[in-house]
Amino acid sequence: MRKIERSAVIEAVKKTLIKANYELDETLVSFLKRAKDKEKNDLSRSILEDILTNESYAREGFAPLCQDTGIVVVFAEVGTDIRLDFDLYKAIDVGVRQAYDEGYLRKSVVNHPFQRENTQDNTPAIVHTKLVPGDRLTLKLATKGAGSENMSKVVMLTPADGLEGVKKLVLDTVFDAGGRPCPPIIVGIGLGGNFEKSAILAKEAILRDLEDESNDPDIRALERDLLHEINRLGIGPMGVGGDTTCLAVKVNTYPMHIASLPVAINIQCHSARHLEVVL
Amino acid sequence: MKRLTPPLSDDAVSDLKVGDKVFITGTIYTARDQAHLRLIEDDDPAFNLQGSILFYVGPTPAKPGQIIGSSGPTSAYRMDPMSPPLMARGVKAMIGKGDRSDAFRQSMIAHNAVYLIATGGAGALLSSRIKSIKPIMYEDLGPEAIHELYVEDFPCFVAYDVHGNQLFKGGGPREEKK
Ligand code: SF4
Repeated sequence: MRKIERSAVIEAVKKTLIKANYELDETLVSFLKRAKDKEKNDLSRSILEDILTNESYAREGFAPLCQDTGIVVVFAEVGTDIRLDFDLYKAIDVGVRQAYDEGYLRKSVVNHPFQRENTQDNTPAIVHTKLVPGDRLTLKLATKGAGSENMSKVVMLTPADGLEGVKKLVLDTVFDAGGRPCPPIIVGIGLGGNFEKSAILAKEAILRDLEDESNDPDIRALERDLLHEINRLGIGPMGVGGDTTCLAVKVNTYPMHIASLPVAINIQCHSARHLEVVL
Repeated sequence: MKRLTPPLSDDAVSDLKVGDKVFITGTIYTARDQAHLRLIEDDDPAFNLQGSILFYVGPTPAKPGQIIGSSGPTSAYRMDPMSPPLMARGVKAMIGKGDRSDAFRQSMIAHNAVYLIATGGAGALLSSRIKSIKPIMYEDLGPEAIHELYVEDFPCFVAYDVHGNQLFKGGGPREEKK
């Protein structure tokens, strides 16, 4: 049994969240650069240039990438050979509190659907735990703004709707959202499971590496087709039109009931802030 | 590329066309959801609404030695129902992101005002163009209080103009837009 200290979790959460709010990962930056070089619409290209300049300002520590520093989502993969003699959820929240304070991040969490009082420290985080073999604790941390999250949805299609039904739903959802989720976007799709499982799959899909493609040939084809078709919608950066609407589509699947076809669509803005840390 | 210096005249607004890149230099005011709710009920605001520019923003806290934190635009559609009474009282431009309702756009044209967008998610870049900040109303709202900002070369794009044009592709049902 490998013991993991509470202080190590707190420190990891804090450092990782601050870093995620001040720099985008290199792959995302390279995707944005490539999009800018290919973009034919002048206005759209100038927006993509602003996004890249913004990233370099943030990376120098000038200010966070975006003023919406989000609500924190954590996928914690807990090795069955580790021992935790503390409350993992509380430790994560301590890390969040310290990150939002010391990193000068905006506290954007309210306590209640109607009372809506700011919790003042951006807690609680939303934590999904999974047991995995081994003696490691992997924390996948994301900070998710509301602009793109608010454009996401879960729809229970029927098996007869099939592939075409899924595609239509995704294209309609992205078109409907237009410029609101700060395109260029990344689209995470959860197909299967049940109502809540599909939403978790979609969120996990967003956290995949941008270069990663599904191993399943049908799903890989779906990811590529949707990317192509979304970009043909012509929404463009911030909705002003152009070639660059979407940087990547990721589809995660899970077996489901004979009578259902749950589809979750989670939209991620260009400020895709997530990082992984292994303890 | 055009330059705007508030307070804006009717002519300055009419001169703007969809897709123009504009640089604002001068005083603008922050306001988002809560501040709007109060401002529409307020008979005695601390600034002159005539010709004014509102910026929909809720920045991150300023780091030591800095004026303001990350300051990008928030989604404008949430302010749609509160904008017409403010335009009736002289607000000439609003800076946000994303599309807005048809009702907003009709009212905007009727009041000879303009809707500008700034690049969403570019809060670090935009904050570098903000040179001073002062809370002037509703300070109990914290970051959502109305702040007076002095900006230099603050970059925006014209999204809706008074000539009835609009910039956005997408937004709203796909069938209707085809
Ligand atoms: S959608 Fe993303 S980039 Fe746009 S304002 Fe929200 S967090 Fe920032």
